[in-house]
Amino acid sequence: MSHHPLRRMIGHASGLLLVLAACDAQAQQPVPAPVKIGFVTFTSGPAAASFGIPDRNASEILVENLNAGKVPAPYNQIGLGGAKIEPKFVDEAGSAADQVTQYRNLVERDHVDVVVGYVSSGNCLAITPVAEELKELTVLDICGTPRIFEEKPRHYVFRVNPHATMDNVAAARYVLTKMKTISVYSGINQNYAWGQDSWRDFRLAMKDLDPKATVDQALFPKLFSGEYGAEISTLLTSKSQIIHSSFFDGDLEAFIYQSAARGLPQRVPLVLTTGETSVWRLGAKLPDGTIIGERGPHSFLAHDSELNTWFRKTYVDRFSEPPTYPAYDLAQSLLGLKSAWEKAQAKKGGARPTTEEVIAAFEGIEFKTPSTTVRMALANGHQGITDTAYGTYKFDKTENKPTLVDIMRFPAECVNPPPGVDSVAWLEGGMKGAKCD
Amino acid sequence: MAPRSIVIGMLAFLLAAAVAPALPTWLVSLATVAFANALVVLGLVILWRAGLVPFGQALYYAVGAYSVALITRYSGVRDVLAMLAAAAALSGLVGYLTGFLLARYREIFFSMLSLALSMILYGVLVKTETLGSTDGFHVDSPTYFGAAPQGGMRLLVLFWLVLACCSLSALLVSLYFRSVAGALAIPARDSEIRLEFLGVSVNRLIHLNLVIAATLAGIGGALAAIAVEHVDPDMSYWTTSGGFVFVTILAGAGSVAAAFVGSLLFELLKSIAYDVLPGTWQIFLGAVLLLTILFLPGGIGSLFMRRRRPEPAS
Amino acid sequence: MLTAFAILTDGLVYAAYLFLVGVGLTLIFGVMRILNVAHGSFYAYGAYAAAVAVGVYFDAGLPAAGGFLLMVLVAMAVGLVLGLIIERGVLRRVYGRDEVVVVLVTYAVFLILEDAIKLIWGPDSYALYQPLGVTGTVDVGGLVLSGYDIGLVAFAGLLAAAGSLALKRTRWGRLLTVVIFDRELAAAFGINVSVVYTATFVLGAMLGALGGAAMAPKISVTLGIGVEVIVLAFAVVVIGGLGSIDGAFIGALVVGLCRAAAVHLVPQIELFVIYAVMALVLVLRPQGLFARAQPRKI
Repeated sequence: MSHHPLRRMIGHASGLLLVLAACDAQAQQPVPAPVKIGFVTFTSGPAAASFGIPDRNASEILVENLNAGKVPAPYNQIGLGGAKIEPKFVDEAGSAADQVTQYRNLVERDHVDVVVGYVSSGNCLAITPVAEELKELTVLDICGTPRIFEEKPRHYVFRVNPHATMDNVAAARYVLTKMKTISVYSGINQNYAWGQDSWRDFRLAMKDLDPKATVDQALFPKLFSGEYGAEISTLLTSKSQIIHSSFFDGDLEAFIYQSAARGLPQRVPLVLTTGETSVWRLGAKLPDGTIIGERGPHSFLAHDSELNTWFRKTYVDRFSEPPTYPAYDLAQSLLGLKSAWEKAQAKKGGARPTTEEVIAAFEGIEFKTPSTTVRMALANGHQGITDTAYGTYKFDKTENKPTLVDIMRFPAECVNPPPGVDSVAWLEGGMKGAKCD
Repeated sequence: MAPRSIVIGMLAFLLAAAVAPALPTWLVSLATVAFANALVVLGLVILWRAGLVPFGQALYYAVGAYSVALITRYSGVRDVLAMLAAAAALSGLVGYLTGFLLARYREIFFSMLSLALSMILYGVLVKTETLGSTDGFHVDSPTYFGAAPQGGMRLLVLFWLVLACCSLSALLVSLYFRSVAGALAIPARDSEIRLEFLGVSVNRLIHLNLVIAATLAGIGGALAAIAVEHVDPDMSYWTTSGGFVFVTILAGAGSVAAAFVGSLLFELLKSIAYDVLPGTWQIFLGAVLLLTILFLPGGIGSLFMRRRRPEPAS
Repeated sequence: MLTAFAILTDGLVYAAYLFLVGVGLTLIFGVMRILNVAHGSFYAYGAYAAAVAVGVYFDAGLPAAGGFLLMVLVAMAVGLVLGLIIERGVLRRVYGRDEVVVVLVTYAVFLILEDAIKLIWGPDSYALYQPLGVTGTVDVGGLVLSGYDIGLVAFAGLLAAAGSLALKRTRWGRLLTVVIFDRELAAAFGINVSVVYTATFVLGAMLGALGGAAMAPKISVTLGIGVEVIVLAFAVVVIGGLGSIDGAFIGALVVGLCRAAAVHLVPQIELFVIYAVMALVLVLRPQGLFARAQPRKI
């Protein structure tokens, strides 16, 4: 087990020592008041293992190292502009009503300065109007629904990580480039909003790019249903050339175990838009040739940089396993906030910025992350876009670790709608304005 | 409930309304949701007296919530009373229709059939992509007699409205319990045949209780939707129904007041559990429930209510 | 033709899963009149324990047959420990209270056990992938079936037959039947109802854990798997008639086949199928397909 309690305790203790040592060194100068950040993610329920835990782990090491000023440039300033980060962690489990209550508690009772988090799109949609009402700077983290900014312009809410349309457009482009032509394809997606939206986007993108391709099966098993025998039979008897799936967490792994045992992914390549979260657990059980996405150019597909090397090494040293894309997503969100905060602070001659000043600096900002470069290009500068990439799975037997081959990269403008255009309208209109060179 | 306790109850609501402006907003917001849910629990108390425990009361809760949400989404109506009336009418109607089926069932079969019905609605909502499927959608703020309060005032006005709905419902339910039909619920639980010999149709009596409980749940759902400003299919999922039953038992199903106190305590408990034990809040909730049942058989309500004089053995 | 065959096989596999999940629940309800929400936890604990223990066993390169035996043994051990603790420590104190209060007690136990998983096994997921590899596949006219699934169907069938026979033919089974029909009468005849209760609850817990252990190779053993099976198990045993092992068997078959047919023919309705069948059965036969009608209270 990677999360050995003793190892964690030692980790906490050493972190504490670092903080104490840093405090001692600074004791002479006035210490700026800390920035309180509420981190919300799943620490219970089925999404904890594949999303919540890497997300939470990344926030732990980043907060610790930012506070110690140990993150490589341009993030080597302590905390946010010299003020240490004081984290408060909240579980995302429970209903939307529970999360709204917890959000209010964070803002009004615990007086956090910024909230960073949320995995579930439903929770992001429920939180957003409350954030606007309470005038609380909020950086949505992993949730993918484009509806956040397409329903209404937002002032206090940002999302650094690109929305889900990009994942499925890139998947369609990758599949068609790699396989040349596709006449029949199928999809199996979870019967809830994420699954339905992903399938809709993929289908529309396929229609734009290859109008002759037809859909054979569109299956929507219940979320967390656990047993996929009938779906696998249906797909086995279909003549599809590829199978699209936006499955995530335990469902993804259960589907792979059951379908691989019956030879489905060996026969028809799967296109897994969030597949990367599970490759370390699946290892050799995931057949070679499976097409893997990670909702951006993150762990396998990240661009080389000092920042990425540092992030991976720090993460592996602490948790004995590599960071998956939810960890990268959190890093991206937090570093985006830090960039905006420090830009606002510099503009103010080094004084601590107000929420409004951070917002003004955040809008449209461009910054580097361990993965790539993010530009806050959509939704009046509130929604980030990045390039993205897909690859094909290959398990390296000599090194005994997963790898991706045949990697294809797509520039941000190739797979994201232009500013001011809703994603579904963009897809239905034939993806006008996409720049792929 | 004695008239004196009705007066005390009404005074308690007035007091809550009066101190609300002085309370921190997170607490007001929490109490708003808690009291909205308390209306559903009040409905469960009514059914409990007749010996029925639905595991699917979230059906009517969701009907109420979605009616308000759909009105704000597809019509120009923003008046809060009109929206509540529509939600109450629709959930009452659904309760009336499902009542023809449910009124024939007792015990665990009643519980399971009500669960099945609520899960069918859940399935329909999940399948409806235009309504955002499981993500749900936003509910615009209503107007109160033409006024549209903003910010902290919005919350406060809504809280007062919820208190008004609660005190009215509590009053009506207390009166109902003292009426003939209301009083018959307990003998109906103890022996149906005895009542039938007296010429009372137990099924019709239960049907009436079902409609009342459904209407209350619908109003509760409508208020919760307005308070949270968001609806999603989880509102009809069985765990939501389970939560209402949880509160009913926690409170002690004996009285009208217990529904409100229990609901408030439950929300506070959850909030504390999330705060103090972010990783293991379910253990905390489970332990509190277990200890309540083991050591306070009458629920938390039995702590603050006067002990009744022992009744003569029947 | 292939579709019909696929519906049959998929239906049987799903039915086996449902039966394994539901049989312990129906047994406990039949004897003790307790609708045990903590059954979902038994399932989860069985799955976790099997995933860890059997995974270690296979990694050690020991013979496969022993692995399957170990799966059963681990499940029984889990059921024994949890069953004893819960029955002796908690349920014993609430016998005689309202049925729904007892349901809530098991719900509280479920909440506690659900978080205890995190304390015991951590938040990460586990996989028990070896058994599926060992059992291989069978190709029937282009439809590849997993050997493990076939074994699962056979195992569920055997368990149903054994359970049904044991209840009707053995001394213990007859004792149970007496308790099921009339508790007071059973006590009057000198049956130690208290021991019967403990034994039944432990047996039910073992069966629940066995369901989890048997499914562990097919799923990702992760937080929250217990919640999902509770309602499923409820639906199956209500359709079959609460408290009847034969009923659970038939209920599982009905639901399994209906669901498989839905996935193959009208995938849009997959989400409702189970609840629609449950509502329909309750409307037509309120006591479920197999339970006796109960006398009304006078």
